Amino acid sequence: MAYSDKVLDHYNHPRNVGSLDKSSADVGTGMVGAPECGDVMKLQVKVNPQTGVIEDAKFKTFGCGSAIASSSLATEWLKGKTVDQALEIKNTDIVNELSLPPVKIHCSVLAEDAIKAAISDYKNKQTARSAEAVAV
Amino acid sequence: MKLPIYMDNHATTRTDPRVFEVMRPYFLDVFGNAASRNHSFGWEAEEAVEKARKQIADLIGATPKEIVFTSGATESNNLALKGIAEMYGERGNHIITQVTEHKAVLDTCKRLEKDGVRVTYLPVKQDGLVDLDQLRDAITDKTILISIMYANNEIGVVQPVKEISAIAKEKGVLFHTDAVQAVGKIPVNVISDGIDVLSLSGHKFYGPKGVGALYVRRRNPRVQITAQMDGGGHERGMRSGTLNVPAIAGLGAACEIAKNEMPEESKRLRFLRDKLKDRLMSSLDEVYINGSMEHRLPHNLNISFAYVEGESLLMGINDIAVSSGSACTSATLEPSYVLKALGAGDDLAHSSIRFGIGRFNTEEEVDYVADKVIDVVTKLRELSPLYEMAKEGVDLSKVSWAAH
Repeated sequence: MAYSDKVLDHYNHPRNVGSLDKSSADVGTGMVGAPECGDVMKLQVKVNPQTGVIEDAKFKTFGCGSAIASSSLATEWLKGKTVDQALEIKNTDIVNELSLPPVKIHCSVLAEDAIKAAISDYKNKQTARSAEAVAV
Repeated sequence: MKLPIYMDNHATTRTDPRVFEVMRPYFLDVFGNAASRNHSFGWEAEEAVEKARKQIADLIGATPKEIVFTSGATESNNLALKGIAEMYGERGNHIITQVTEHKAVLDTCKRLEKDGVRVTYLPVKQDGLVDLDQLRDAITDKTILISIMYANNEIGVVQPVKEISAIAKEKGVLFHTDAVQAVGKIPVNVISDGIDVLSLSGHKFYGPKGVGALYVRRRNPRVQITAQMDGGGHERGMRSGTLNVPAIAGLGAACEIAKNEMPEESKRLRFLRDKLKDRLMSSLDEVYINGSMEHRLPHNLNISFAYVEGESLLMGINDIAVSSGSACTSATLEPSYVLKALGAGDDLAHSSIRFGIGRFNTEEEVDYVADKVIDVVTKLRELSPLYEMAKEGVDLSKVSWAAH
């Protein structure tokens, strides 16, 4: 299969590879997919709790080139967005940006799921924290 | 060294230039129909066909009259299975095969099932070999045929053909083998191996594409096959259609070269394969060989790089032609059914690469391939959340994944 130049670029130069401290209250972690399906994405966001702006994003992906590119692109897009803006990223945006063929659409779906999972993890942590604060 | 490097010799091989030179005159000068009995054009074509028939027979220990030319192994397998099922239908309606066969056998069996034939698909052991006790137990008084491949196209595992044929003989059942990956690569002898029917294909051992043969035993027992295509009654009535003389001449030449060079060639390929394996395994951790290393073609290496997905690995080594058992590289988006049959888990199938080293590969190429694979696997593992988790001591089999 021929890959688009943008997929190749992200594959050859993946952006924001790495891990953030998943125990930190300001970090949301999303892990989606399964090894037996051939793709697992871990996407993390570090949010400024005062402004709600995503200050850093990191990913690690086990999967095909399109899955790597989708998650790499997602981290690029997440930085500087608020958590609510982040939730507006749609898989179709990723498909269009990377010119993914139909058989690779699931890679973009996985990336969208990873974003949602990371944000939801962050929000849960914040809720838990404010609940603790109230309890104190 | 020239890039890209071709190391996918189980899929197909380059036609040997010596084979091509043998074929050339049969396109332009000696272009007759081998079935034309009344002029020199036909006689010369027939002579070429008969020479090739003998060359093939000599390679596999058969007699020329036992060789039927076909368009390739898919046709040979279809003809063998359907032709035997039809011819021996009154004696029984049961065929035994195994789950790691090529689709040309499996899908033919599925078709036969629709026509009322009962088929047993034997599992294989973790090393890819058939369990002989299970094979014996599967035979009933309705069994007419056992079809088990000589060597597997993905994992290169060589089945215990002699033992299988002994069981078949003991039970009075015919034995067919799809020997596409074995013929021309390792010694195959229909007499000492006890094979009744055998499929082979030219392009798997440096012959041309579009030509193959079916060996059909004529004595002890005399095997009969019902033709599956109607026409001029060529090939003793078993396979109609004007013979592809240039390709047949090429197939014959490929057999003769294979016979003469096999001892040296297989030694060289085994050395290169072992070098590749040793380099990969000494430089990378968590690398697993798929299938038996002991009962294996000398030029095959099928290996899983845990925590790295196969298609992304292929993408990183795009100047090397190999193939992967990963779902993403298959038309069905399913991981390799052969690797799944070994019971190693789908994740290792997704991470597998098949190397098929061939006549035209050099040691320099093997070194280049080893370096490149080590480099790309290392890079992709830095990207892999699974590798990170495994290094942190997380048992990945205990994680509840959100399968999709």
